[in-house]
Amino acid sequence: MIYAMCFLLFLIGLYGATCKKNIVKIILGLVIMEYAVNLFLILLGWRTNGQAPIMSQQTDLPAFTATAVDPIPQALVLTSIVIGLGILSLMVAIAIRLYERYGTFDITEMRRLKG
Amino acid sequence: MGNVILLIALPLAMAFFIPMVGRKVRWLPDVLANITTLGLFVLAGQSWGREGIYTMGGWPAPLGIVLVLDGLSALLLFIINLISFLATLFSVDYLEKLYTSKLRYYSLFLLMVAGMNGAVLTGDFFNLFVFLEIASIASYALVGFGCEAEELEASFKYLVIGSIASTFILLGVALLYGRFATLNMADVASALQHHGFDQVSLFALVLLVVGFCTKAALVPFHAWLPDAHPSAPAPISAMLSGVLIKAIGIYALVRLVYNVFGISPLLASLFTYLGVISMMAGVLLALGQWDFKRLLAYHSISQMGYVILGFGLATPLGLLGGLFHLLNHSLFKSLLFFDSGSVEYETGTRNLEKMGNLVQKMPVTSGSSLMASLSISGIPPFNGFWSKLVIILAAVQAQRPGLALWAVAGSILTLASFSKIQRYAFWGQGKDFDAKLWEGWKEVPVLMRVPLLVLAVLCLGSGLALWHGLKGLFGPAISVLTDGPTAYIAKVLGR
Repeated sequence: MIYAMCFLLFLIGLYGATCKKNIVKIILGLVIMEYAVNLFLILLGWRTNGQAPIMSQQTDLPAFTATAVDPIPQALVLTSIVIGLGILSLMVAIAIRLYERYGTFDITEMRRLKG
Repeated sequence: MGNVILLIALPLAMAFFIPMVGRKVRWLPDVLANITTLGLFVLAGQSWGREGIYTMGGWPAPLGIVLVLDGLSALLLFIINLISFLATLFSVDYLEKLYTSKLRYYSLFLLMVAGMNGAVLTGDFFNLFVFLEIASIASYALVGFGCEAEELEASFKYLVIGSIASTFILLGVALLYGRFATLNMADVASALQHHGFDQVSLFALVLLVVGFCTKAALVPFHAWLPDAHPSAPAPISAMLSGVLIKAIGIYALVRLVYNVFGISPLLASLFTYLGVISMMAGVLLALGQWDFKRLLAYHSISQMGYVILGFGLATPLGLLGGLFHLLNHSLFKSLLFFDSGSVEYETGTRNLEKMGNLVQKMPVTSGSSLMASLSISGIPPFNGFWSKLVIILAAVQAQRPGLALWAVAGSILTLASFSKIQRYAFWGQGKDFDAKLWEGWKEVPVLMRVPLLVLAVLCLGSGLALWHGLKGLFGPAISVLTDGPTAYIAKVLGR
C-alpha cells in the first residue's frame, strides 16, 4: 500500500515535469519525482521497531541481524539527495538566467529552437 | 590494475585543482588540462588488452564497489580519452576567441571525463548512476556555457529530459535492490539466474532501458539532442556526440542487457526496431537542416541507430559491426564537429547559406571535412564503409534482408545530406554568401589543425582495425558480450 502511494507521488512528479508550462512548476515536478524515489529507497530499509545498525565488540549477532535496519538504503539516499541538490541548483540558476533573457517563465514563449 | 583508478581520480582531482592554481597565469589552465587528458589517454592505452578487477578499499566483490576492466570497457576508455585529448587541444584557441572563463570550462570538462570513465569501468549499479550523473550534470552546464538565450533554452530542455531519465534509472536501481538486496551487477545477474525473471525485475528492466535510451538519444527519446548538441561549444559538441551518448547511453544499455539480464529475442528485436527508426528518422530530419551543427546532431541520432541495430542482431558479426561503427562514429563525428567549430571560428556563423568557397581559404578544414563526410556516408576506403558493410552483411547473415535494405537506404540519404554541406559551405556558395566577408577568412591556428589532421588520418586508417575480423582488435569486446551473464558473473565474483 505504502509503496503504491510512493509510486503515485512519483507519477504526480512526472506529470508536473512533463505537462506543466511554467518553468517553476516543472522544477517542482522534478523535485517531487526525486523525493518519491528517495522515499522509496528509505522505505526499502524500513523495519518496525528496528535499531540503528551499529556493531560493537559485545553485540549479540543473531539478535542484531533480527532487529537492525538495512544501512545501505540510507547511504544511497544521502548520495541521491546530494545529486538532487546539484541538479536543483543548476536548474534554478538556468531558470533565473532564462527569466532575464525572455522576461517570462512560460516555456511556450521560448521557442527559438525548433525543427 | 592499480592505475585504472587513476582514470577516475586524476580528472576528478584536476577538475578542482585547475581553478585553484590557474587564476594568476594565463597559459597554465591550457597546459594543465592538456597534460591531464594526454596522461589519461596514455593510461587508457595501457589498460588496452588487459583485464582485471579493482576492489575499492580492498572490499571484495558483492560487498564492496568494484571496477571491472574487460575488453568492452577498454574499447570505450580508449575512445573517450582519445577524443577528450583532441578536444582539449582544440579548445585552447577556440575558447580564447569565442568564450570567456576557461577555468570553469576545463573544470566541467574534466568532471565530464571523470564521470564517463567511471561509468564504463564500474561494476556496481548505484555507482553507475552516480558517475552517469556526474557526467550528465557537467554536460548540462557545458551546453549552456555561452549563456545566450538559445543555449540556456537548450540546456534547460536537456536538463529536464536528462534528469527525468536519471530518476527513472535510480528508481530501476532501487527496485533491483529491493528485489535482490544487492547492487553489484554480477551479483544481480546471478540472483536473476537463481530466482528467475519476475515482474519486479521486468519493471526495473523497463525503467532502466527507457532511462539509458534517453541518455543515448534513440528515436522516441531523442528530443533533447538536436537542441543540446549544437548549442554547446564545438569541442563539447564533439565530446557529447562523439563519446557521451555512447559511454553513458549505448554502453550502459548494452552492458545491462548483455551481461546482467541476458539478451532475449524480445530485447533483440526491440533493439533492431529502435535502430531502424532512429536511423531513418534521424537522417530524414537532418536533410532539411540549414544549421551546420544541427544537421550533424541529427546524424548522431541516425548513426546511433546503426550501432544499436548491430547490437540488436546479437550475432558475433552484428556485434562486430556495432562496436566498429561505435569507434568509427566517434572518430568521424568528432572530426565533423571540430570542422564546424573551425568554420564558426573563422566565419562567425553556423548557417550554411552564409558560407561559401571555404575550400580556397581553409584547405585543412575543408579537406578533413570532406574525408569525414565520405566516411560517414560510407564511401570506400574510409572507415564508415567497412563498419556499415559489416552491419549489412550481419543483417543478411541473420536472415533479415529487410534490415539490410533499411541500412543501405539510410546510408544513401546520409550521402545526400553531406553533399549539401560540401556543396554550400566548402565547394559552392550559399544564398546569403558575402564575398566581402570571404576575403577576410583564413585557415585556423595550428593547434586547431592538429586534431583535424589526426582524426582525418584515423578516419582513413581505422578500416584496418577490421583486420582478422572477429578475432582481431574487437575480439575481447565481442567475447564479453557473446559470453553473456554467466561469464561475467564468473569473472567478477569468481564463482
